[in-house]
Amino acid sequence: MFETLSEKLSGVFDKLRRRGALSENDVTEALREIRLALLDADVALEVVRDFTANIRERAIGAEVTKSVTPGQQMVKIVHDVLVESLGGEGAVSINLNAPAPIALLMVGLQGSGKTTTSGKIALRLKDKQRKKVLLASLDTQRPAAQLQLQQLAERAGVACLPIIMGQSPVEIARRAMETGRREVFDIVILDTAGRLAIDQVLMDEVKAIRDATRPIETLLVVDAMTGQDAVNTAREFNQQIGVTGIVLTRMDGDARGGAALSMRAITGAPIKLVGSGEKLDALEDFHPERVASRILGMGDIVSLVERAAETIDQAEAEKLAAKMAKGTFDLADYANQLKQIAKMGSLSGILGMLPGVGKLKARMGDANLDGAILKRQAAIISSMTPKERRTPDILKASRKKRIAAGSGTSVQEVNKLLKQFDDMSTMMKRMQKMGQKGLLRQGLGALMPKGIMPGASGRRLF
Amino acid sequence: MALGAFFARLKEGLARSTQKITESINAIFKKRRLDDAALEELEDILVSADLGAAVAAHIIGNFRRTRFGKEVTDEEIRETLASEIAAILEPVAQPLVIERSHKPHVVLVVGVNGTGKTTTIGKLAQQYRESGLIPMLVAGDTFRAAAVEQLQIWGQRTQAEVITAPQNADAAGLAFDGLTRAQAAGADVLLIDTAGRLHNKATLMEELRKIMRVLKKKDPTAPHSVLLVLDATTGQNAIQQVKVFKEMVDVTGLIVTKLDGSARGGIVVALAEIFSIPIHAVGVGEQAGDLRPFDARDFARSLVGAA
Repeated sequence: MFETLSEKLSGVFDKLRRRGALSENDVTEALREIRLALLDADVALEVVRDFTANIRERAIGAEVTKSVTPGQQMVKIVHDVLVESLGGEGAVSINLNAPAPIALLMVGLQGSGKTTTSGKIALRLKDKQRKKVLLASLDTQRPAAQLQLQQLAERAGVACLPIIMGQSPVEIARRAMETGRREVFDIVILDTAGRLAIDQVLMDEVKAIRDATRPIETLLVVDAMTGQDAVNTAREFNQQIGVTGIVLTRMDGDARGGAALSMRAITGAPIKLVGSGEKLDALEDFHPERVASRILGMGDIVSLVERAAETIDQAEAEKLAAKMAKGTFDLADYANQLKQIAKMGSLSGILGMLPGVGKLKARMGDANLDGAILKRQAAIISSMTPKERRTPDILKASRKKRIAAGSGTSVQEVNKLLKQFDDMSTMMKRMQKMGQKGLLRQGLGALMPKGIMPGASGRRLF
Repeated sequence: MALGAFFARLKEGLARSTQKITESINAIFKKRRLDDAALEELEDILVSADLGAAVAAHIIGNFRRTRFGKEVTDEEIRETLASEIAAILEPVAQPLVIERSHKPHVVLVVGVNGTGKTTTIGKLAQQYRESGLIPMLVAGDTFRAAAVEQLQIWGQRTQAEVITAPQNADAAGLAFDGLTRAQAAGADVLLIDTAGRLHNKATLMEELRKIMRVLKKKDPTAPHSVLLVLDATTGQNAIQQVKVFKEMVDVTGLIVTKLDGSARGGIVVALAEIFSIPIHAVGVGEQAGDLRPFDARDFARSLVGAA
């Protein structure tokens, strides 16, 4: 029941892979599964219809007969249509092509994450594009909303329009733009109150704000967990105020994110940014091809590598690599490596990006396992003496008992760790023989301890 | 509030959500033979109300057995649909009962980010105050900027004491203090706000468990209720949310918010089927009076637009 879209689709394609040629029946069967999977992923019904019709059109006919294997061809078609539907290759960034001060208007339902996103965008524009940003909260509805934005502005190190109680949102917007002009800001981000698309009074208010500030971007902020209602929200906001871009928040959750497909299809506006965490720097470009690959279970290797590059200490990594090459990799290095992996974030988050691990991830369960093993292994190693870490061979029953007691684990767990370390050392020796090429083929799975990722040794790579 | 007025209010809140579904049903079923195509369209309508493919198929399955091939009017369709859905919802429509003997009855409020936890607590506090109970609030969201201030404003509105701690303070310690203070002050209800968290973040979920453990040190029976606040616009991911929160902190009931929008909240039906978890109340607006008890028949009838 809780299968992800990628798992369901891999199920369909597993069936297709086994067959010689792709008949109309095959396509129909696959499409039925694709339809269900998309609905389960919260893609809006009308969008699903167009999507499957599009795939049927392309799948039955010339494209298929030319294929190497029908299953592969089908995967490619679905992937291509997904990428297209999500906006084609490459990320679309925020449009800043206008005379300063540029107004960015943030709109959306209550609780979609507008205020937090405003803070994130401000930080990003300030840090990455060296812009002078002014944040202004027009939310006079929710208690303490203006204060929230002010605090976020402080954290982001950008200016915030001083709060004057009793002003209407339109008045605040005018004041923000005046301040922007007078104090020479590059960008003014206008954070509006959450509103329902069907609340005409509030929609008229946001129209008035738009007319008063002439924003170059009107960004609709949408929760990635949104269900079928995504269509209504997207359509109403787009028709009434005109949406130039979409920000998808909470993509770090485990929602299947079908809303992305719906939103894009209904508004035609590109998805520009993705919120991926609670911290202010957790804002990423939206890459349609990556998300499509992820949906299809092909993994999101690019994001993983990017994240790894950001978090892993380069010098540390080189030192480790040298040790591996020399064959002097010991338990202390292993503990170091565990720390690096832990820094990259939750284990299930990392696993989700690896190709073909979707099913494995489901088997592990989502919340419980996370990081616990890594932590425990680190604890075991911390309970060893430096000498033991260098030469684990000296570990016999009495030492193991002491280590187990010291780390609050059991002798079995200590043994398990040692066995894993042993396997790793063997693998490293093998890798040295295979050279660089071998490492690539084995994938990142080879770098992880076996016990954590049973069966993920690169066998199921696409 | 009189019963009639309440129905009117709920209906008004749900009116817009049901408008579309009603229109669709009208369009398809005005005296028409209930054949395969018609059933499929009906199933689609349920799916687009967020009931989920499985639940929709189940309900349509019942329809097929009893009505297939008959000439039906849309009134019939709605009545039958409503009673199908109500039958699923009735067992879970249970109000949240505050036990005065607990002194205080501890209510822990949890949920993902942005579902309306703080607002719901404000509304609950107001209702308890009006019914003569003494509420006390704990501003347990020590993470989000200005979350404490937001709850404090609700505290002023409801004359309820708000226990606070500095930003990024330990929420469990704060909850413990809150319970201690509430016991000393003789409060009837202690409403504990928590920071919104995605259910797949293990460390954050562990934090919630810690709050539970710490509360039990002070009162082994606490928390007496653990409420999961759910946004009605949420799609199928709500199932995963309820599953994980239930496993981790033993959620005792749901409150569904933002039903005044165009979202139809059909996911509630799926949740009732899968988890049989009590649904206590629905939020249909921003005012304190807009938090309403959950009524199965009413919700079902409103959902399908039955008169």
